[in-house]
Amino acid sequence: MSASAATLPAPAPLRDPAARGRIGALVVAVVVLWPLLALAEFKPWQLLAPGNLQVMANFLAGFLPPSTAPDFLALLAKATVETLAIATAGIALAFVVAVPLAVVATRSLAVSRIGPGPGRAAGAALRTAARAILTLLRAIPEVVWALVFVRALGLGPGAGVLALAVTYGGMLGKVYTEILESGDTRPARALLEAGSPRIAALFYALVPTTAQELASYTVYRWECAVRASVVMGFVGAGGLGQLMDQSMKMLNGGEASSILLTFLALVIVADALSAVIRRVLA
Amino acid sequence: MSGNAATIARDRPCWSCVALAAGVVVAVVASFAYLAVDWKQLFGAESMRLMAKFVAEFFPPDVSPAFLAKATWGALQTFAVAAIGTLLAAAAGGVLALPASGRFGVAAQLASRLALNFLRSVPELVWAALMVIAAGLGPFAGTLALALHTTGVLGRLYAESLENAPRAAEEALRDAGSGRVAAFAYATLPLVVTQAIAYALYRLEMNIRMAAVLGFVGAGGLGQLLYFHLSIFQQQQAATLLIAMFVLVFAVDSLSAFVRARLLPAQA
Amino acid sequence: MSDLPHDVRLVSASLVHPNGHRALRAVSLALGAGERVAVIGPSGAGKTTLVRVLGTSLKPSGGGLAIGGVDPWQLGAEALRTLRAKIGVVHQNPPIPPRLRVVTAVLAGRLGTWPAWRSLASLFAPHDAAAARTALERLDLGERVFDRCDRLSGGQLQRVGIARVLCQQADVILADEPVSALDPALADLSVGALVAENEARGATLVASLHAVDLALKWFPRLVGMKDGEIVFDRPTAAVTTAMLHDLYATEGRVLPQQGVDVVVDRRMRRANVVALKRPGCQ
Repeated sequence: MSASAATLPAPAPLRDPAARGRIGALVVAVVVLWPLLALAEFKPWQLLAPGNLQVMANFLAGFLPPSTAPDFLALLAKATVETLAIATAGIALAFVVAVPLAVVATRSLAVSRIGPGPGRAAGAALRTAARAILTLLRAIPEVVWALVFVRALGLGPGAGVLALAVTYGGMLGKVYTEILESGDTRPARALLEAGSPRIAALFYALVPTTAQELASYTVYRWECAVRASVVMGFVGAGGLGQLMDQSMKMLNGGEASSILLTFLALVIVADALSAVIRRVLA
Repeated sequence: MSGNAATIARDRPCWSCVALAAGVVVAVVASFAYLAVDWKQLFGAESMRLMAKFVAEFFPPDVSPAFLAKATWGALQTFAVAAIGTLLAAAAGGVLALPASGRFGVAAQLASRLALNFLRSVPELVWAALMVIAAGLGPFAGTLALALHTTGVLGRLYAESLENAPRAAEEALRDAGSGRVAAFAYATLPLVVTQAIAYALYRLEMNIRMAAVLGFVGAGGLGQLLYFHLSIFQQQQAATLLIAMFVLVFAVDSLSAFVRARLLPAQA
Repeated sequence: MSDLPHDVRLVSASLVHPNGHRALRAVSLALGAGERVAVIGPSGAGKTTLVRVLGTSLKPSGGGLAIGGVDPWQLGAEALRTLRAKIGVVHQNPPIPPRLRVVTAVLAGRLGTWPAWRSLASLFAPHDAAAARTALERLDLGERVFDRCDRLSGGQLQRVGIARVLCQQADVILADEPVSALDPALADLSVGALVAENEARGATLVASLHAVDLALKWFPRLVGMKDGEIVFDRPTAAVTTAMLHDLYATEGRVLPQQGVDVVVDRRMRRANVVALKRPGCQ
């Protein structure tokens, strides 16, 4: 093979098969992003407008020092206990809502599926209905329910408890259904095949193996409920949230920062408590 | 457990479980007692009648074209707030995740983790109330609030992904003379980016619900409309808005699931 | 051919792993620029460690290394990076992220010389896909250029690793068992591609090989390693069968072969030579 001194020309550029798709995706992204930015009134330079900066600076300056007036601290303590009470009561009611729905919706306790036997279609329809109810309960955020209940029942913690019962009932129900189906379902099936009633199968076969996971998730949800109770307070459902809403409406930065600090401390404590309980359960 | 195989080991009752269960019952009863909600009055006949009347006022929902247009516009604005907020948070979270995963030393790691924890702990609604003061009423405050809170959430998830990613590919590129940024982009980024997008989409699903709610403190969208109409006792309009909320959440959930299922194409 | 000196000199280098294992014991190796040598020996002889020390990825605990007359461990960060860009390492198991496409994995060889913006832009649209294909064609893998790396077999992935080093156009090529997963014909082809780099471009080449026949066929100089020491360092003609059998005494005196007495496809041979005449991977 004769070695030519001259080098061959560079090969023609290779077409990347993914190029068209990528450029297309980029174009779509830009085309979609532009109106979204307009809709969201995205104007970051507004943050730097002089009037705004002054108001922000005043408000931030007002954050320190956190308010420690004794009568305010008493209010703060009362609000904290109220928040905890709302969360606990809410989860308790949510549990009451979730359990029957989960028992109906779970496939592990479905007698008609064994075989499959008679009433299969009705059974499946009932399960689908139960799941649909659970999805519906979950669909609307608890704050929205809280707002509606505040309008119906007036300001105060009752609205928050009911709102938690509804939404968290849906969440607990969905996860309970999945947990009941995810473990070893053969003992339950064996009991059902032997003609035992569903409740018995539930307590003798499903609950012992899944109790730890069920309890663990419930405790985790309680921790979320504490946060949610604070948030619902902003629409009038009592607790720390309502207090903070009032303080911020009066632009009282000192009180707001006290409440914020208390809230952060509460979250840390709830987090730790939840971790301890879940470790004990394990 | 007894060592003798012939004896049947007796299950010692789990005393800590019993104590725990007792504690839970006490806590629940105490909570209800403390709240002193007059349940009898709440679920009494008169109250139930009033409640039924209240619920009836929601029907039929207002479906006049003018209001439907308003509701649709509100839904689009809510979606915009959630989408832009999540996008910003993914970017900011990604940036903060780098020091938080320990790439720039222990001090930077602690500082960035502290920042991310703080951002995460403050609920979106509280951020929104603060941002309304900073940026004025309207959807921009909502976008900022979601962005701040979600940065904390995504930043922590991204930092964990980065920590778990194997380093061999990146080290091989560094040993071949690559710069740090390029080595990261070619070796570690392809390993984490799919999961990162999945996390962001999951947060989008949550944020669409939050964006609706942030309107309650003045951050625009469906939430602001809902708050307004409920305040002036226009329940029928509120019903339409609630349905719009439900439809929006369902649509975003489906879209997110679809995109996540298609997340198979190649990286670079 | 590069203007920079690229002779490699290792003087009495030792390496002790953190767990106490002595991987290298006073190993000395000197290669002039443009020389090529094969390192052979049984498993655990320290061949991989030798390659890693030469490639500046491991710092020797004792002794010295000089590449182009310069001790890399005395260099500042920038200078070390520039030096490393001239050293190409072929790994036995290429550490390539699975979801990366072959074209990007190969072009990654140029990251040492590309500015950061080009590196990042190339992720979206590969900067020089044709050159990547040329490199892959030399290893009979040209048609897979746009495939994802997780769709390749182990042997194909190994060849992608070799293609990356070809694309890097390094002055010093260090290969750690680069063809262990390849069948005889492909193994011969791949070693041939590396040797072509050495002959046509004057790149210094150190290849650790497990198969003795490949080493005997392609390399004029053989280094035998056993238990972290160099047992012999001779021109291939001066290496006797007895020396080889002693080297592999621990493996039952059986000489590992990859069966390269096979007629290599003439077309592929020619492709290798022609490909070298094309400017590539700019």
